[in-house]
Amino acid sequence: MLSASVDSQFVHKIWHEQELAKMVEGGVPFPMLADAGGHLGKAYGVYDDQAGVDVRGRFIIDPDGVIQAMEVLTPPVGRRVEESLRQIKAYQHVRETKGAEVMPSGWEPGKKVLRPGPDLVGRVWEVWNPKDT
Amino acid sequence: MAEQAIGCARPTGSVAGDEPSATGEGKGLEQEVKSVADIMVGRPAPDFTAPAYHKGAFTQVKLSDYLGKWVVLCFYPGDFTFV
Repeated sequence: MLSASVDSQFVHKIWHEQELAKMVEGGVPFPMLADAGGHLGKAYGVYDDQAGVDVRGRFIIDPDGVIQAMEVLTPPVGRRVEESLRQIKAYQHVRETKGAEVMPSGWEPGKKVLRPGPDLVGRVWEVWNPKDT
Repeated sequence: MAEQAIGCARPTGSVAGDEPSATGEGKGLEQEVKSVADIMVGRPAPDFTAPAYHKGAFTQVKLSDYLGKWVVLCFYPGDFTFV
């Protein structure tokens, strides 16, 4: 986990001490990156040059350094951590099965997966129902 | 991660292949990148280095040091914002 904003690492330190450490037991465990100038945000397409800040972009990057998922929100609405975890678990499952198993809409760990192949074409309705999720 | 020496300059992050800008002014990524970010799922994440605060210390983080692990990279508008 890495977080990034245009604030300096010095501001991160004070924010952590003044507020975050009081909300998170043991303190924030991951590095808080300083993106002064928005160089990282620009590279990831999430820097708002009018506001001069990085918007809420979230990227899931796999062990090969490939972006598997991204989500971008405007500032007023926060993210849902559980959804990021669900997506990571889903991508880990896909990776472990080398793509043999894929996750239908609304999948959660332990729920039904699909095995794509010629026999499944047009017959998903027989093996999976939206109510299964 | 080695602890970073801290001076009065304001170091910032840089995308791999770009020269870090010591002051945050002058030669920055915006002058070197011609087009908008080319970000797409299924494609490599742009590598970068950036100064960081981590567990009481100032460090330098390089994305490619995390190869072999799953990484969640979260941008947000600013410290001390409300959401």
